[in-house]
Amino acid sequence: MAHVTIDRVSKDYQAGVRAVDSVSIDIADSEFIVLVGPSGCGKSTLLRMVAGLETITEGEIGIGGRVINHVDPADRDIAMVFQNYALYPHMTVRNNMAYGLKNRGMNRADIEKRVAEAAAILRLQDYLERRPRQLSGGQRQRVAMGRAIVREPAAFLFDEPLSNLDAKLRVDMRGEIKQLQKRLGTTSIYVTHDQLEAMTMADRIVVLNGGRIEQIGTPLDVYRQPQSAFVASFIGSPAMNLITARGESGNLVIGDQTVVMDGAMTVPDGPVTLGVRAEDMKPADHGATAHLELAIDYVEELGAGRLVHGHVGDARLALSTPSGEPLSDLLPIVFDRQRLHLFDTATGRRL
Amino acid sequence: MHRTKFFDHVILLAGVFLMIAPVVVAFMTSTHAAAEIHRDGLMLTWGGHFDETYREVLTRQGGFTGKVTGARMVMNSFILGIGFAAGKIVLSMLAAYAIVYFRFRLGVVFFWMIFTTLLLPLEVRILPSYEVMTKLGLVNTYTGLIVPLLASATGTFFFRQFFKSVPDELLEAARIDGAGPFKFFIDILIPLSRTMIAAIFIIMFVYGWNQYLWPMLMTNDESFYTLVRGIKQILLVWIGSQIPDYNEAFAMAILAMLPPVLVVVIFQSWFIKGLTESDK
Ligand SMILES: Nc1ncnc2c1ncn2[C@@H]1O[C@H](COP(=O)(O)OP(=O)(O)OP(=O)(O)O)[C@@H](O)[C@H]1O
Ligand SMILES: [Mg+2]
Repeated sequence: MAHVTIDRVSKDYQAGVRAVDSVSIDIADSEFIVLVGPSGCGKSTLLRMVAGLETITEGEIGIGGRVINHVDPADRDIAMVFQNYALYPHMTVRNNMAYGLKNRGMNRADIEKRVAEAAAILRLQDYLERRPRQLSGGQRQRVAMGRAIVREPAAFLFDEPLSNLDAKLRVDMRGEIKQLQKRLGTTSIYVTHDQLEAMTMADRIVVLNGGRIEQIGTPLDVYRQPQSAFVASFIGSPAMNLITARGESGNLVIGDQTVVMDGAMTVPDGPVTLGVRAEDMKPADHGATAHLELAIDYVEELGAGRLVHGHVGDARLALSTPSGEPLSDLLPIVFDRQRLHLFDTATGRRL
Repeated sequence: MHRTKFFDHVILLAGVFLMIAPVVVAFMTSTHAAAEIHRDGLMLTWGGHFDETYREVLTRQGGFTGKVTGARMVMNSFILGIGFAAGKIVLSMLAAYAIVYFRFRLGVVFFWMIFTTLLLPLEVRILPSYEVMTKLGLVNTYTGLIVPLLASATGTFFFRQFFKSVPDELLEAARIDGAGPFKFFIDILIPLSRTMIAAIFIIMFVYGWNQYLWPMLMTNDESFYTLVRGIKQILLVWIGSQIPDYNEAFAMAILAMLPPVLVVVIFQSWFIKGLTESDK
């Protein structure tokens, strides 16, 4: 257990190609940090630098107060769970878990004890003598976890550990990993490109884009106060509606319609990117004044509710409504105006 | 799936017959007396002299100096075959390990240098090699017989391909688990290469067992004779009107054939596994 500091860390694979660009994160003891971002944004690279599998081009990484830039991976006191599990195919489950301990010269009795404990936690007792080949995907995943747990490291590093599992199992394992981490209290860095995994598991989310940090914050922070249009579009499902609008004397103009703000938030004059989540709009009640009239294109029935897709001028919008009566072609809608997000059209930063 | 039909069997049987027939003939002939063979040629029937001939071949002190027995030749052949195979595997695994897992200057160049020697058969370098061995005083030693042939482009190439197919994450997991280069090689790579090792062992064992030219150059002391050379030797003993011991030559040929056949038959499932699938 330890805090991890990542201080202005950069990585160039070749000269001029930045995979990670001046990233700083302070990770508290016992914290569960999730690095999330689209493919190629440098999540794995950052994690592998913490693990010692990639060299650090610039900056410093510390674990438990010790700078580990030039420390061998084995001596960093970390354990890593890989996407394809990387179990040793010729070793039994028991030996897979014990291997790292043996190499560290731990005595047999202690190894036995730790393996037994880990196996009990992960419900692997019946599989200890099997080879990885003879296990299901979920069981292999748990062995990979076991291999990390037995080491009792200062930090766990996970690189998309669930992405090889089917959807149902992924949800189960998500909960299991989270619980386990809470119980062990081990500082964890978890890489995923799945925003839902990030939302459900993280104490704090780090959203990466093109090697840079877009935002760091708790899941709710990131969801409610996205600091950039990128974060807004990446976090949450369905994705936040991002449409071009114009500020005119405190009100928002979308297409040929004007949303009257009544000072609910300050709108600068000129073009802005408006972000609004599907659940922050609803059909206007009868008689109430609508903010906007949406021309409906099609409706997705989801069971618990439905997702209505439509447009205002060129701007496309989706809102969620309860399932129910059929909708007319033109739907008057109201916004939850406090929950609108405005972003600079050029930089994408929150206004 | 394709169902085997009558005609398929005919083709296979024809193939089997073509391959097996000469062996059967050799074996049958070896059970006849030398004079009979000299008079009647090859035999397809049982001659009844199996015991005597084979005992004779294995135990009689033969050769010019009269100190080499068939059993001794069998042993020499084994030493050559096993030494050859084991040595080649050790050497080519280490070479492939270096090429695949270590970045060193000109690594690729070295690989291609090794690779192109595939094009050079032993015969091309046989005289220089002989020269070197003579200078080192290694003529008539097992070392001289085995060591010059150990470098193996084929083996290195196969192991290189195999190592390259091992996922990088395995190496990374091992590094985090505290396994250095040596431990990784011993604990992870070698066990993973088991089937590959078996396959290469078989190929190399048979290759070593069948060596003829090199042993002939390197050894003139009869106690180093291998079976393959022994056959030739028997046919050379043609003193005056004496008939060569055809039966013994055939018996020796059968003996020379036996171990490679056994090795292949016993290890064939491993062999195929090693060349086709990987245990990852
Ligand atoms: N060994 C390498 N050599 C050169 N470039 C690399 C190497 N590994 C990664 N990169 C580049 O660095 C960038 C970040 O890669 P990284 O693997 O960290 O992405 P990622 O966020 O983990 O993506 P994914 O979700 O697809 O795993 C990518 O543009 C990639 O092409
Ligand atoms: Mg990745």
